[in-house]
Amino acid sequence: MKQVKHRNSTSKVLGFCLAVMLAFSTSIFAQGDPVAGKALFNSNCAACHKLDKKMTGPALRGVVDRIDDKDWLYSWIRNSAKMVKSGDPYAVKIFAEYNNTAMTAFPQFSDADIDNILAYTSAPKPVSKVAVASIGSDSSDDGVSVDIVLGLLALILVVLAAMLFMVTKTLGNLAKQAGVEVEKTDPIWKRFVKNQFLVLVSVIAFMMFGAFHVFGFFMQVGVDQGYKPVQPIHFSHKIHAGDNGIDCKYCHSNARVSKTSGIPALNVCMNCHKTITEVAPETADADYSKDFYDKQIQKLYKATGWSESDQAYTGTPEPVKWVRVHNLPDFAYFNHSQHVTVGGVACQKCHGPVEEMEILEQHEPLTMGWCINCHRDTNVKTEGNEYYTKIHAELKKKYGVDQLTVAQMGGLECGKCHY
Amino acid sequence: MKILVKAIAVVGILAMVSCNESSTPNYQFFPNMYQSVGYETYSESAAFNNGVAAQLPVDGTIKRGWMPYEVANTAEGKIFAKDSLVSPIKSTEKNLATGKELFGIYCTVCHGKKGKGDGGLVKSEKFLGVPNYKDRDITTGSVYHTIYYGLNSMGSHAGQLNENERWQVAMYVSKLKADLTK
Repeated sequence: MKQVKHRNSTSKVLGFCLAVMLAFSTSIFAQGDPVAGKALFNSNCAACHKLDKKMTGPALRGVVDRIDDKDWLYSWIRNSAKMVKSGDPYAVKIFAEYNNTAMTAFPQFSDADIDNILAYTSAPKPVSKVAVASIGSDSSDDGVSVDIVLGLLALILVVLAAMLFMVTKTLGNLAKQAGVEVEKTDPIWKRFVKNQFLVLVSVIAFMMFGAFHVFGFFMQVGVDQGYKPVQPIHFSHKIHAGDNGIDCKYCHSNARVSKTSGIPALNVCMNCHKTITEVAPETADADYSKDFYDKQIQKLYKATGWSESDQAYTGTPEPVKWVRVHNLPDFAYFNHSQHVTVGGVACQKCHGPVEEMEILEQHEPLTMGWCINCHRDTNVKTEGNEYYTKIHAELKKKYGVDQLTVAQMGGLECGKCHY
Repeated sequence: MKILVKAIAVVGILAMVSCNESSTPNYQFFPNMYQSVGYETYSESAAFNNGVAAQLPVDGTIKRGWMPYEVANTAEGKIFAKDSLVSPIKSTEKNLATGKELFGIYCTVCHGKKGKGDGGLVKSEKFLGVPNYKDRDITTGSVYHTIYYGLNSMGSHAGQLNENERWQVAMYVSKLKADLTK
């Protein structure tokens, strides 16, 4: 009897312990090292899982609160397909919920590795920072101070003008009182007309000034240098090509092989933005907030018909009406692959420092004279080009030079670009 | 006289304002010579029902020089590609050099220069879960399959690389894996 009672109390204690353990199951798993877990998570799990968002697989923050059976998690992570086959009900449910996609097996993970990862997933969600927005006030302060200075200057000028006016008036009054006769002269413009030489000089100057500006005006007609249209989606080349160092040709892959450099299809955007659903807080700056950039990614999802909650395409895309920036007239032929792949010309040579442009603009005039100048200065890469060995050798002999320019290869012939 | 001066001033100011406007294109001398009568690449066009010049190929047709890839985007397809897909091109130095160049454009930003999974986007924690080639059981065939269809977070790169280029990259990836496991 006594013995029984004793056993009873033990089981009670054990039961109590179990309850406590279950209640604080998060902290049990947290015995792993979340820092080591983060590294493991980022290199192994993050391809399919995010902490707070559904991706290829479920969101993993607090997964140990959902599944308190540690051994189940161990065997699932090491080989989920086996568990699905064996008919474990929860395993089958998860497998069906995520499009019957088997999770990659990780047999190489030790218990400690998995504990570390679970410790990382159990960490509380960090509070997002909203501090970035306040940076904007600095630049507006500058604007205000400039405005104040300009305003003060204008005020001083007005006061000076008023003072001058008053001085002349007072002097006139004084002269009248003193009875001094002020000599009447012709007004200034009459004296100017009488001076024939001055008229001639100013007419010539005016005509030259006019001719200069009329010439300048006509020369810039049809030249779109500096053209900077507003695009339907605010795509920042600075963030993509500059800060993140993505190669131009990753998106504009047609430039390598085709006449046109191509507008990247939106599936190229989705290669990354399926996963990158919002910008990093450090991407936002004084001019554009994180919220602004996040909205642009949402525009992309709308255009491609991507549903974030279902992680699938709805099948009703909307084409984006991008505004074309660089546009040669229809009578000029230009081939990208000829310049990019054959000539090995850097994109920036014609497009300017695109990787620094928040809003893309036309950097160069793209006029015929501009093309011709480059053709005159640029040497052709003849090394390692067996196809042209003979003609290169003969042309070099003909012109008596070591290096052929594009112009000497026929790059100035009208028919090369106009036909 | 005074009206004339005012008119010139107004026209002058208007001209200056319109020249400084950078969000609209400039005037053209003879627009007929600048703008094509036919539709331009990606332009809007009334010739098609959906109003855009960029059209998908007609069902059942393929582009000249393009061969369909018949292995399906399934788990079995992947195993098949891994075990039995063989590159139709030879692993020459030239192919590997092109592969390296293309790898630099399309893969390095995530997979890193040597395929260790330490590209720029991974280092800045913008794109995660990129494995080291060393840790993955891959063959040239399975790499080709993955480039074509994408895998997990990686999207398909079939639109950016043609068949030949995909094989060149796959070959180069195999070489990187061999170098890493050495």
